[in-house]
Amino acid sequence: MNGLFICAVLSIAVTVGIVAVLLVDTVEFFRESSLGAFLTGTVWAPGQGAGEGGQYGVLPLINGTLMIGVGSLVVGLPLGVLTAIYLSEYANPRFRGVLKPTLEILAGIPTVVVGFFALQFITPTLLRPIFGEDRVFIFNAAAGSIAVGLMILPIIASISEDAMRAVPASLREAAYGLGSTKRQVSLRVVVPAALSGIAASVILAFSRAVGETMAVTIAAGNSPKMTLDFFTSIQTLTASIAQTVRGEVAAGTVRYNALFALGMTLFLITLVMNLISARIVRRFRQVYS
Amino acid sequence: MTAATEPLGPSALRRGATRTGAIILVDTAFSVLLFVGTIVGVIALATLLWTILDTGWARLAADPVAFLTNYVSRLPARAGIRAALVGSAYLMVLTALFCFPIGVGAAIYLEEFAPRNRVTNFVEANISNLAGVPSVVYGLLGLGIFARFLRLGPSLLAGALTLAVMSLPVIIVAARESIRAVPESVRLGAYALGATKWQTVRRQVLPAAMPGTLTGTILALSRAIGETAPLLVIGLPIVIFSMPNDLRDPVSALPLLIFDWTSRPQPAFAEAAAAASIVLLALLLAMNAVAIFLRNRYTIRW
Repeated sequence: MNGLFICAVLSIAVTVGIVAVLLVDTVEFFRESSLGAFLTGTVWAPGQGAGEGGQYGVLPLINGTLMIGVGSLVVGLPLGVLTAIYLSEYANPRFRGVLKPTLEILAGIPTVVVGFFALQFITPTLLRPIFGEDRVFIFNAAAGSIAVGLMILPIIASISEDAMRAVPASLREAAYGLGSTKRQVSLRVVVPAALSGIAASVILAFSRAVGETMAVTIAAGNSPKMTLDFFTSIQTLTASIAQTVRGEVAAGTVRYNALFALGMTLFLITLVMNLISARIVRRFRQVYS
Repeated sequence: MTAATEPLGPSALRRGATRTGAIILVDTAFSVLLFVGTIVGVIALATLLWTILDTGWARLAADPVAFLTNYVSRLPARAGIRAALVGSAYLMVLTALFCFPIGVGAAIYLEEFAPRNRVTNFVEANISNLAGVPSVVYGLLGLGIFARFLRLGPSLLAGALTLAVMSLPVIIVAARESIRAVPESVRLGAYALGATKWQTVRRQVLPAAMPGTLTGTILALSRAIGETAPLLVIGLPIVIFSMPNDLRDPVSALPLLIFDWTSRPQPAFAEAAAAASIVLLALLLAMNAVAIFLRNRYTIRW
């Protein structure tokens, strides 16, 4: 019994561990680099080697992260919601029984493999022939966005579908009784009634997209810049962490400490989004059950 | 309003008919749009799998034994996945050993023993938040605590502990759901026969909840085994020419190797990356098959 209690409390220790680890080196980082320069700087150019120096402005990385977040929603949101409506309202049970596991497979593909797919297929076979070889860089934000969009599609589809299924049948029957067609029932009754669930799924998906590391590192490139051009190479917060650790940074250097400042930024962004999403989900559960 | 009071002439009827026709048209178009939107995801998955198979199959099929048993090499034709495959296997087993007992213990506590109070609510909210923490942040946790603070370095033990911590919330959620699915009548029946609370949990609830818990654990492990970012952050090596003999020994992992090969410019390494991806996907598929088998074969329908 006490052992069980310790198991449960261990999860709190994990959270404390994460916060402590991030905080210690983040504080260390801000001793050498000012918080103002970090939050408002538009150049991310970590110092190389022992000489150090370098500029640590997080805005280009935030910019890259938001591009991937928004870009992946442009892909994943319409597809995810269409899939959810189809699965919840239109698909016959047999087809649904095949589709759902298929989407689960898509969700289970390792992100490094999706990144490989983006680099080997999405950019050379999809984007470059359409938009032009010299327009689309080998590493580009669009390929990263499509790859991450495919990863968040199953999240949006499955949570939105749950929300739509939670809409009581009586609402649908009432609408049919008034002479509505299936499309009208879906779009004017089911989707509005499930809107909070759909919103929660979108926020959660956005948070996943922000935290995604490998696909964007492989496909979207490693050049932090302030741009809105989706066909050029960018860098996200996560990709910057991955790039830094690949270079074998020595503990205690500004560059090493910067890792944890980036981790802290990422942790806070995703934490806030997850909390909002969880709050919305709790609310829509209360309405119908 | 005026339309209702007018007598229904032929023109009004025709209007109604075209309106109905338009609605039917829009409805059909909408259902087609839904179907197309749904199928895009499936097509994307098929294209992904095809790209991997098309790029990597020849490399894998040419000499599967050499590919599976060779160490990495600067020459793409000689490069194999031995160290990565073995490393991934060790990591998986150790991760399971660490997170399964703790995850199940936490789930039993929260479902069967925990009082409804603030501490419990806090623990629950905390677990669902942990499930949403990006894997790269777990990597930083592993780097800061296991690799540096506990001085484990980039070792098998540090890697497995990091993956275990990352998988824990998922396993707790899965175990809780299976425990919750055991009906109250089973517990009441055990109490009626004089069992204590602990005996009831140990001999009735836990065995009944085990298939679901194992399924959830295997799915969590298959996620963990496909993860790259945390292992990259704690610094597990890619180029390695030995098998681990000790928990403190460095190991590599399949996703790390795929990442490394993917970022090399030579096309032959892209083929090797695709071939390694086929092995990884096959491994995940096998784990999922086991999970589905357990779920279908042993889950009790109450």
